[in-house]
Amino acid sequence: MTKKLRAAIIGPGNIGTDLLMKAKRSGWIEPVWMVGIEESEGIKRARDFGMKVSTSGVDGLVPFVKEDNIQIAFDATSAYVHAENSRKLNELGVIMIDLTPAAIGPFCVPPVNLTELLKEGRKENVNMVTCGGQATIPMVYAVSRIQPVEYGEIVATVASKSVGPGTRKNIDEFTRTTAGAIEKIGGAKKGKAIIIVNPAEPPLIMRDTVHCLTKDKPDQKRITDSIHAMVADVQKYVPGYRLTNAPVFDGNRVSISLNVEGLGDFLPKYSGNLDIMTAAALRTAEMYAEAMSTGATK
Amino acid sequence: MNLQGKKVTLHDMCLRDGMHPKRHQISIDQMIDVATALDDAGVPLIEVTHGDGLGGASVNYGFPAASDEEYLDAVVSKLKKAKVSALLLPGIGTVDHLKMAADCGVGTIRVATHCTEADVSEQHIGLARKMGLDTVGFLMMAHMISAEDLLKQALLMESYGANCIYCTDSAGYMMPHDVTERIALLRAKLKPETELGFHGHHNLALGVANSMAAVAAGANRIDGSAAGLGAGAGNTPLEIFAAVMDRMGAVTGVDIFKLMNVAEEKIVPMMDQIVRVDRDSLTLGYAGVYSSFLLFAKRAGAKYGVPSQDILLEMARRKAIGGQEDLIEDVAMELARTRNA
Repeated sequence: MTKKLRAAIIGPGNIGTDLLMKAKRSGWIEPVWMVGIEESEGIKRARDFGMKVSTSGVDGLVPFVKEDNIQIAFDATSAYVHAENSRKLNELGVIMIDLTPAAIGPFCVPPVNLTELLKEGRKENVNMVTCGGQATIPMVYAVSRIQPVEYGEIVATVASKSVGPGTRKNIDEFTRTTAGAIEKIGGAKKGKAIIIVNPAEPPLIMRDTVHCLTKDKPDQKRITDSIHAMVADVQKYVPGYRLTNAPVFDGNRVSISLNVEGLGDFLPKYSGNLDIMTAAALRTAEMYAEAMSTGATK
Repeated sequence: MNLQGKKVTLHDMCLRDGMHPKRHQISIDQMIDVATALDDAGVPLIEVTHGDGLGGASVNYGFPAASDEEYLDAVVSKLKKAKVSALLLPGIGTVDHLKMAADCGVGTIRVATHCTEADVSEQHIGLARKMGLDTVGFLMMAHMISAEDLLKQALLMESYGANCIYCTDSAGYMMPHDVTERIALLRAKLKPETELGFHGHHNLALGVANSMAAVAAGANRIDGSAAGLGAGAGNTPLEIFAAVMDRMGAVTGVDIFKLMNVAEEKIVPMMDQIVRVDRDSLTLGYAGVYSSFLLFAKRAGAKYGVPSQDILLEMARRKAIGGQEDLIEDVAMELARTRNA
């Protein structure tokens, strides 16, 4: 029997609760603590799940890290407080999985670069980019691993109800961080990201379009195969990740369109944008747990 | 309707909204030529950017003939009286683009969101105001919500620092009474010093009538473009609206005959196709579809062998909003599949 990594989740909101429900099913992660800043619905839910809770932020967790053997933490709060949370827990040897746009640590999109990150050894902090990044960067990479991509552009259309106040207050952070990650790990020479927030009722399922401009004429067969293989990789942790149509090839343009439907654990199914974040974060933690149990990553 | 003595600020769109029918290919020389002619005709405010605003250059919306910075740099310095405005859609453009535009000498920033999503504009409106710019909140597809809901969003933008709020009929769907209801409520509930504007599209040939209704209800800024060069069936034709205002005794400060000449001699010859109410643009207005989808639907229809009207109607059924150009090719492929099934 493998030994599960004991985990804390910071932020008992919708994302944190969804993550908790997913982690409860994990063979590698055992959620133990839920950290909030006050009594709330989310804290109550966490208690009902049998979690230990802090209502005084990370400071309420710190004294128990050693005795409860917390080795990994997920931060689903905001970029503003993430740096402090990360510092306090890193000091105690806890690995931080960052779901905020703070991006202190390296970007991680599991099917794209998690294996590489694991090879580099233990990290104190890894960042999950953005929801749009998790949904689209696998596709940019599916093209760029076949042939050079001069330009990668993504358009993420998300339901208004799935976009929280933090994202709305700083929507530029989404476009900037996503564009940066399209270049850095997607492998495009230049990246651009666009986000559309649509209020339709019933809410629409997250939809993404990925446009790549290849340097040379695209090899249709190899790129199409690569895209399908990558879709299958993402489906391992987000089963509702689907192409809406076959990839379009037009000159040097390759366009890919996707729907991302969530599992509907705590978040509604339409908010695949949030689901793919929690699923990717858990996947990342599980891979670290697996690597640590086999001694590959100390 | 008594508009005697009302002061109306005309805002020309042909070098921004007009970029849509030109597939963003207006040259820098054409920009300068048109802008200086509009300036000479007394048009006080001229918008210049990519059709989808600052940062719109993309595969999704089209790459322009020159960058926003090149266009703005070239135009601003050539104008004697007129000021230049720039449009910014949060989610497409960022505060970096806003700062660039201000550095180029733009005096007005218009921050545009879908009519229900005003709260994505806080950082951009806040910054523009802090920089001392004339700051406009631009609520698009305003036909999709009630006057009361539009007011809530307008109040948000006003609270972030917008000194002017627009009711934007992006689909050219509204009728004069729709405009009256919205503008009148905004006028009654926003601060008296907050200006109000109306941006029309001529898809139901109501651009002029709707703009008149807007002025009568309390708007003092009206968007239009010479010869109507704009998305869909175009914007409110500015020279016609100016002539109507003149007849009604409203004050625009524009030389209507010079403006007519700009439309006739500079804009019409520039058109790649005549911007008019054809069956596709009429469908936009009839069904409430974002006007800049027009050429995308025509192209996708031709490529996949489906009527462009069917694509536009499907876009309406899916409640697509501004910016969702990427859905059009997808819809065309799906329609082609079902037709062949």
